[in-house]
Amino acid sequence: MTATAQDGATITASGRRRSPARAALDLVTGLSAHLQAVPLAVILGAFLLAPVMMIAVVSFWDYDFARLYPDLVLTNYAETLGSRVTWRTYFNTLRYAAIVWALTLFIGFWVAYFLAFHVRTTTMQMVLFLVCTVPFLTSNIIRMISWIPVLGRNGLVNTALIDAGLIPAPIEWLLYSDFAVVLAMVHLYTLFMVTPIFNTLMRIDRSLIEAARDAGANGRQVLWNVILPLAKPGMAIGTIFVVTLVMADFITVQVMSGGQSASVALMMRNQMSLLQYPAAAANAVVLLVLVLVMVAGILRIVDIRKEL
Amino acid sequence: MSGERRTAEFWILALFFALFVLFLYGPLSAILILSFQGPGGGLTFPLNGVSLHWFHNLTQQQAVGDFGSSFRRSFLLGIMVMLVTVVVSLLAGLAFRRKFLGATPLFYLSIASLVVPSIIISLGIGVMFQQIGLRPSWYTSAFGAHLTWTLPFGVLIMFAVFNRFSPSYEEAARDLGATSWQTFRHVVLPMIAPMLIGVGLFGFTLSYDEFARTLMTAGTYNTLPLEIYGMTTNVTTPVLYALGTVTTLFSFLVILLTLGAIVWIGRRRLRGQGTT
Repeated sequence: MTATAQDGATITASGRRRSPARAALDLVTGLSAHLQAVPLAVILGAFLLAPVMMIAVVSFWDYDFARLYPDLVLTNYAETLGSRVTWRTYFNTLRYAAIVWALTLFIGFWVAYFLAFHVRTTTMQMVLFLVCTVPFLTSNIIRMISWIPVLGRNGLVNTALIDAGLIPAPIEWLLYSDFAVVLAMVHLYTLFMVTPIFNTLMRIDRSLIEAARDAGANGRQVLWNVILPLAKPGMAIGTIFVVTLVMADFITVQVMSGGQSASVALMMRNQMSLLQYPAAAANAVVLLVLVLVMVAGILRIVDIRKEL
Repeated sequence: MSGERRTAEFWILALFFALFVLFLYGPLSAILILSFQGPGGGLTFPLNGVSLHWFHNLTQQQAVGDFGSSFRRSFLLGIMVMLVTVVVSLLAGLAFRRKFLGATPLFYLSIASLVVPSIIISLGIGVMFQQIGLRPSWYTSAFGAHLTWTLPFGVLIMFAVFNRFSPSYEEAARDLGATSWQTFRHVVLPMIAPMLIGVGLFGFTLSYDEFARTLMTAGTYNTLPLEIYGMTTNVTTPVLYALGTVTTLFSFLVILLTLGAIVWIGRRRLRGQGTT
């Protein structure tokens, strides 16, 4: 197999050296690589780069209830960063991110570990992985709403606990609380942790584990000293997904807290519905810088291009 | 290793996995059951009789929302996003196999597209359209907003596909005298077809369910997730669950058809290999 591939490569290489037609073809394909990248660059330029720069510009504008005034004022930033509410909201959002990250990492790792190392046939692995993936392809809002009949005052959990005689009255904090927000986020985002960890675990060379076993390591030592360090890139990619999704979330916080908790994106959403775009833009810039710094920090640990 | 007996670790993790699946599907099945609530029933258990009342209710004129046309818009938008995602990701995937000017910045721009908070994209495109003087609509601004979410997934998947794709197949085709178009059409494309279908599935479903990016960019006419969101604050009858059941079943149908297509292509190729 390797021999034929090598042969094929030598023949092409020598052919390339000889014919000027091949050189011309290389030029064309080199040009076509640029052309092939154009659509992606244009779309991301128009709908990602341009809007983000627009936000950066608008964050320095002045506004009143009716319209925006192009300007260069720092009031939007001063109001945002000078407000106690903003700091509390940022702190609350970071708290959600930390809790949800820890829970999804724990659940995601063990689910991926089970799929990669305990399910023996590839078919079964794929079937079970798909079982985990399917909910991710359905509506987030519907998945959130589906907790209402489960956690509500007269929901399944409360009814079951009362019927069992464990509690005298319904637990109020199950729904419309921080607990509900975290639960729904874990429900929505764990898959983003499972997939990259599963991917890295599947690429671990099984002979490494056998070697560790032969050298006398027990199951726990293999897990701690071999598998966990090798799973780090997957965990890092999952972390990028989960942290950025939680930092950007407003609908889960709004629906599941019943309007009692705040997040940065929800604060932006409220400013947007009041047409205070420059204020929302200043918030967006702060949030974006925070998120990008966090992601850059994680990218120092892992080279994404190598992990794909 | 395959001959070993199941350890205690296996059973503990199997139980953990089963609980995880229950956690994923339990609530979903709760609203599936409750959507068959009797006409007098409420938003929680117990079922007050079994009926199709709320499904029938969906087809009637609503106080808030118009599902028929918002579904059509979401469906069309999903198809548009799917087609563009597949074609653009494939082209970008091919481009990234070779060196080109700006490859690294473009790669990191794609990653940025994944991590930039969705509401910032929504706000940015909304304000940009407003300032240019364009009217936002689901087929322009929302279309672009959805692509910023589906394209990075498509590009990363194609990146992974081509990382594992041996160039010797193409070299063999070229040595047999195939033009670069023939090589692509008859060698590369059939091999990556299942992955392209997967990218298409991602493109469609992510767009069909997208909410945050549509919020400021949909313009006058709502997409389905925006309708559903409007309902969560206004509607207090199981008609909400009926809608949830219908859209979820629709998503399941799309996923099933896609997987069916992938399996069918795989089988056909195996048979092709058998005869030649």
